Amino acid sequence: MTTWPILSVLIWLPCLGAILVLLAGNARPRLARWLSLAFTVITFAISLWMLFQYHEGPGGFQMQEKLRWIPGINTSYHLGVDGIAVALIVLTAFVSILVVAGAWEVIKDRVHQYMAAMLVLDGLLIGVFCAMDALLFYLFFEAILIPMFFLIGAWGGPRRVYATLKFFIYTFFGSIFYLIGLLYMYHRAGTFDLPTLWNFPFTMQEQSWLFFSFLIAFAVKTPMVPVHTWLPDAHVEAPTGGSVILAAIMLKVGTYGFIRFSLPILPDASQHFAWLIIVLSLIAIIYIGYVALVQPDMKKLVAYSSIAHMGFVTLGMFIVYMLARQLHDIQMAQLGVQGAVVQMISHGFVSGALFTCIGVMYDRLHTREISAYGGLAKVMPWFAAFWVLFAMANTGLPGTSGFVGEFMVILSSFTANPWIALFAAYSLIIGAGYTLWLIKRIVWGTAPTQKAASMPEINTREGLVLGAFAVAVLAMGVWPWPLMHLMDSSVAQLVTHLMTSKV
Amino acid sequence: MISEILLIILAGAPLAGALIAGLARKQVGRAGAAAIAILSVALSFALSCVVFYQLVWGGAPVFNHNVYTWLEVGKLTIGIGFLVDRLTAIMLVTVTFVSLMVHIYTIGYMRDDPGFQRFFAYIALFTFSMLTLVIANNFLQLFVGWELVGLVSYLLIGFWFERPSANFAALKAFIVNRVGDMGFILGIACVLYAFHTLDYSAVFAQAPTLAGRTIDVAGVHPFSLATLICLLLFVGAMGKSAQVPLHVWLPDSMEGPTPISALIHAATMVTAGIFMVARMSPLYEMSPTALSVVLIVGATGAFFMGLVGIVQNDIKRVIAYSTLSQLGYMVAALGVSAYAAGIFHLMTHAFFKALLFLGAGSVIIAMHHEQDMRRMGGLRKYMPITYATMWVGTLALCAAPGFSGFFSKDTIIDAVGQAHIFGSTYAYWCVLLGVFVTALYSFRLLYMTFHGKERFKVVGHGHGRVEGGPHTKSTSDDPHHAHNPGELEHPPKESPWVVTVPLVLLAVPSVMIGWVTIKPLLYGDWFGKSIFVLPAHDVLAKLGHEFHGTLPMFWFSFWSAPFLIAFAGFLVATYVYLFNPAIADRAARMFLPVFKMLTRKYWVDEVYYNLFARGGVKLGRAFWKGGDAGTFDGAVNGAAFVTERSSRVFRRLQTGFLYHYAFAMIVGLILLLGGLWYWGLR
Repeated sequence: MTTWPILSVLIWLPCLGAILVLLAGNARPRLARWLSLAFTVITFAISLWMLFQYHEGPGGFQMQEKLRWIPGINTSYHLGVDGIAVALIVLTAFVSILVVAGAWEVIKDRVHQYMAAMLVLDGLLIGVFCAMDALLFYLFFEAILIPMFFLIGAWGGPRRVYATLKFFIYTFFGSIFYLIGLLYMYHRAGTFDLPTLWNFPFTMQEQSWLFFSFLIAFAVKTPMVPVHTWLPDAHVEAPTGGSVILAAIMLKVGTYGFIRFSLPILPDASQHFAWLIIVLSLIAIIYIGYVALVQPDMKKLVAYSSIAHMGFVTLGMFIVYMLARQLHDIQMAQLGVQGAVVQMISHGFVSGALFTCIGVMYDRLHTREISAYGGLAKVMPWFAAFWVLFAMANTGLPGTSGFVGEFMVILSSFTANPWIALFAAYSLIIGAGYTLWLIKRIVWGTAPTQKAASMPEINTREGLVLGAFAVAVLAMGVWPWPLMHLMDSSVAQLVTHLMTSKV
Repeated sequence: MISEILLIILAGAPLAGALIAGLARKQVGRAGAAAIAILSVALSFALSCVVFYQLVWGGAPVFNHNVYTWLEVGKLTIGIGFLVDRLTAIMLVTVTFVSLMVHIYTIGYMRDDPGFQRFFAYIALFTFSMLTLVIANNFLQLFVGWELVGLVSYLLIGFWFERPSANFAALKAFIVNRVGDMGFILGIACVLYAFHTLDYSAVFAQAPTLAGRTIDVAGVHPFSLATLICLLLFVGAMGKSAQVPLHVWLPDSMEGPTPISALIHAATMVTAGIFMVARMSPLYEMSPTALSVVLIVGATGAFFMGLVGIVQNDIKRVIAYSTLSQLGYMVAALGVSAYAAGIFHLMTHAFFKALLFLGAGSVIIAMHHEQDMRRMGGLRKYMPITYATMWVGTLALCAAPGFSGFFSKDTIIDAVGQAHIFGSTYAYWCVLLGVFVTALYSFRLLYMTFHGKERFKVVGHGHGRVEGGPHTKSTSDDPHHAHNPGELEHPPKESPWVVTVPLVLLAVPSVMIGWVTIKPLLYGDWFGKSIFVLPAHDVLAKLGHEFHGTLPMFWFSFWSAPFLIAFAGFLVATYVYLFNPAIADRAARMFLPVFKMLTRKYWVDEVYYNLFARGGVKLGRAFWKGGDAGTFDGAVNGAAFVTERSSRVFRRLQTGFLYHYAFAMIVGLILLLGGLWYWGLR
C-alpha cells in the first residue's frame, strides 16, 4: 500500500491542471500550452510510478482507496487497479501528452479551452479505469462525453453539429439502458460496490436482462456493428486531438466495461449470448473491412478500420466462454482475454498514430480526401516512413504491436472453433487490402497537384510525436512480454472468476 | 563452438547495417551506406561459414536456445531463439552468400539511382528477415521472419514508387502473400491446438502422436488433424513460394530492380516455403494426403508455368516463369518425401538462378534499360563475360550433365518416378516433360539475347540527355526511355567489375557444387535429425542403392530419359530461334488458341483481378451504401426523424391546461393500479 492516494492524484491532477489552464485565459496561449504539457507529463510520470508500485505477482486490485461518498445509497468513492487497468492508465497518460504536443500550434483558436478539455478528458478517462464502484464508473463513463462534445462541437469540421449530436445522443441512448441496469443491480444487491456485485448471485433471467442493458451501452461505445455509425462521423468532424483520444482511449472504455461488468457480473448470460457477440465481432472484422476499403476519406477509412480492430477485442473476450466453460481449456481462454487486452493497448498506439498522421496532412492541405494526396514518399520522405510503419502495424505485421493481439486472438479462437479463426484471420487479407491500398494512393505514386507536391516535411515537434508512437508500436511488437507479465495474474483471476457459474 | 552471441551477431549485423544505411543517410553518405551494408552482410556470411564448419566438421552439437521470452500467458511461453542444425546451416550459407553477391552487384546496378542508400537499407533488412526465418526455433518466430520478408519484398517491388505498375505489383504481391499467410497463421493455430506449444523440438517430438487424431471442422465427418495442419501450413508455402494458384505475384514482382529479382524473387525468399516444409518434415510425414497435395501442386507448377516462359519476351519475365517452374520441382520433391533433394535443388538453384538474373541485369544495363528480347540479339561480342556466365547458368538450369542443376534436378525426377503415392504418375510426367520446356525457354532466351542478328540500332545523337546525375535515372528500368524502342545511344558494352565479379563467383558453384555435395547431402544422412522421413516414404534411400558415385551418375545420364528430353528441347530451340526464327511465328499462328492461352497466362490474372480486386471494391461499395449508410445509419437517422415528427405531434398534448394534465394523471393512475392489481392476483 502506498501512503498517498496515487489514483486520486492521477484523476484529479489533470482536472486541476485544466482549471489552471482555463485561468491562463485566451490571451496567453503559450502559457496554456506549456502548462498543459507540464500537467500531462507529470500525470504520465505518476502513472509510471504507479506502474512500478503495482505488484504483478499477486495480481488483484491494488492501491485501493475507499471513501464514503453517498452513504444513503451505499455508494462509495472506491478506486483500485489491476494489471489491465494499470496498462490502460499508462496508455491514457502517454497518449494525452502526445495529443497536447500534437495540437501545439495547430489549434490557434481558444487554446486554453481546448487544452483544458484535453486535460479533463485525461483525468476522467483515468477515472473510468480506476473506478471500483458502479455508480462512480457510470459517472466517469458519462462525464467523458462532455469534454468530447465540446471538442468536436467547438473545434470540429463543417458538419460538426450533426456529428456531435449524433455522437452524443447515440452514446447517451446506450447509457440510459446501462443506468437502468445499474439501478436494478442496486435494487437487488443493495450496493454499487463492484467486488460485491461480482460475487452477487443474479439469476439467469436477471443476468440476461442486465446483459442486454449493458451490451447496448458498451456496444455503442466500443463500437460494435450495427451501432457503430456514429464513429466515422464523429471522427471526420473531430479535430485531430479529439480523434486521437477518441480512437486511442475512448473506444477502450466500452470494452473495458465488458471486462468490469458483463464478464464478471453476468458470467452465465455472457456465456449464453457469447455466440451473438462472436458473430457481431466477425461481422465487424469482415464486413467493416470491406466498407473501409472503399472510403474516399482517409479519416473515415481509419475510423472503419478501428471498428474492425475492436472486433478482435470483443472476439477475444467472448471466445473465453467457449474455451473455459465448454472445453475447459483455461490456458487458451487466458490467451484470448490477454490477446483482447493487448489488442486494446496496441490499437491505442496504432490508431492514435494514424490519426496523428492524418492530422499532419490535414494541416498542410486542409482536406482528408485520399485523392488529393500522392507521392508522399518523395514529398515528405520521413513522414512517409512513419506512415508505412503505422500502416504495417495496422495490418498486423509481426514486429509491430498490431500483430500481437490479433495473433493471440486467432490462436485461441482456433481451439474454440476453426471456423471462427478462419473468419478472424480474414482480416490479414482485408486489413492489408484497405490499409495498403491507402498507402499506395497517398505514399507512393506522384503528387496530383502542385500544392500536394510542395507540402513541407514534418517539423521537429511532429517528428517527436510520431517518433514516440513509433517507439511504442515497435517496442510492444518486438517484446510484448512486459505488458503480458503485467496483466497475467489479473487475466488469470478474471478467467477463474468466469469459470464459476452463478446459477 | 556455436554460441548465442555469435548467432545474435550473425542475424543482427544486417539489421544494424540496414538501420544505419537507412536512417543515418546524411551522416554516412552514399559510399558509406553501401560499405556498411556490404560489410554487415559479409560478416554474416563469414559467421555462417563458421557455423557451418562447426556443425559439419567441428563436431558442434545442434544449437537450440531461447534468447528471450516473447509471449507468456499462463503456462504457455513463446520465445525468440535459435535452432541451428545442418538444415539451418546450409540455408544460412546459401542466403548470406547470394545476398553478399547481390550487395556487391548492386553498387554497379544502382549506381545512378537516387534511392541508392534506401536500396541498401532494404536488402540488408531483407537479409536480416530471412535469417530470422531460417534460424527460428519456433513457429512464432518463423511467422515473424515470414511476414518480414514479405514486407521487404513489398518495399522492393515498389522500389521505384513513382511508377504505377511497380506500386500495383507491390500491392498485389503483398496481398497474395497475405492469402498464403492467412493459411499459415491458421496452421500455426492448429499446431498450438494439437500440441499446446509452438516450440519446434517439442512439437516434433510429439508429432507421432498425431496418428489417428482427428478434428471436427465441417461438422460432418472428422478430419485428420495431421492433414489439416500440413495443408494449412502449405497454403503459406504456396503464397511465399509462389505455387499455383497463388503464383500470380511473382512474375509481376519483376517490376522491382533486378538485384532483388535475383536475391528475393529467385534465390532466397521464394524458397522459404521449401525450407519450411522441409523443416516440418516430421509433421508432413504423418499425412500422406498432404504430401499428395504438395506433390500435385508442385508438379503442376513445374510444367505449366514453364510453358508460359516460352512465350514471354521480357528477359526478366522468362526467368521469373523459370523460377516458378523450378520452385515447382522443389515442391514436388517435398511431396515425395525427398526433402533433402528439395533443399539440394534449392541450393543449386539459388546459385544458378541468381546468376541468370544478375546476368540479365547486366544485359539490361548494357541495353540502357531495355528488357524486351525482341530488341536484343548478337550481344555476345559486346559482353563476353556476361555471355559466358549466362551459358553456365543456362546449362545448369537445363540440367546439362555435370552442372549443379543436373545433380539436383535429375534426382528429383528419379525420386518422383520412384514414388507411389497418389498423384505420382501425373507428377512424374509433369516433371519429365518440364525438362523439355526448361531447355526450350532457356535456350530461346540465350539465343534471342546473345546470338543472331542485332535487333537494335545505335543512334548516337550527341549528348542530348545528360547521362548520370542523380535524377536522370530515377526510373532506371523505365521502358519509356527517351529513345525510340530499339535505339541505343551507345553500343552496348560489358558491365563494370562490380557486376561481372559476382557473376563469375556465382558461376563457380553453378558448375561445381553438385559434384562435391550430392553424395553427402542426399545419400549420407547428412541432415541427421533435422529432416525426418518415414522408412516407407524414403525414396532417396531407394535411389541411394542405385547411386554409385558422381562419375557414374554423370556418364549414365547421357542415356537417361531426362537428358534426352532436355536435349530435344535444346535442338528445337536451336533450330527455331537460332537458324529459322520465322518458324516460331508460324507455330504461334498455327496453334493460336494455345499460344493465346500461354500469353494470357491461363487468364488467371484477369479472373483474380475481376473477382477479388474489383469484386472486393464492388462488395465494399454495396456494404457501405447499402449496409452502413442505408440500413444502419438509415435506421438511426430514421429514428431521429420519427422522434422529431412525433414530438411535433406530442407537443400538442402539452396544452398548458391544468385539467388536461389532471385527466391524464387519473387515467394513468387507474391503468397502473389496475395493472398491479391484475398482476398481483395472479
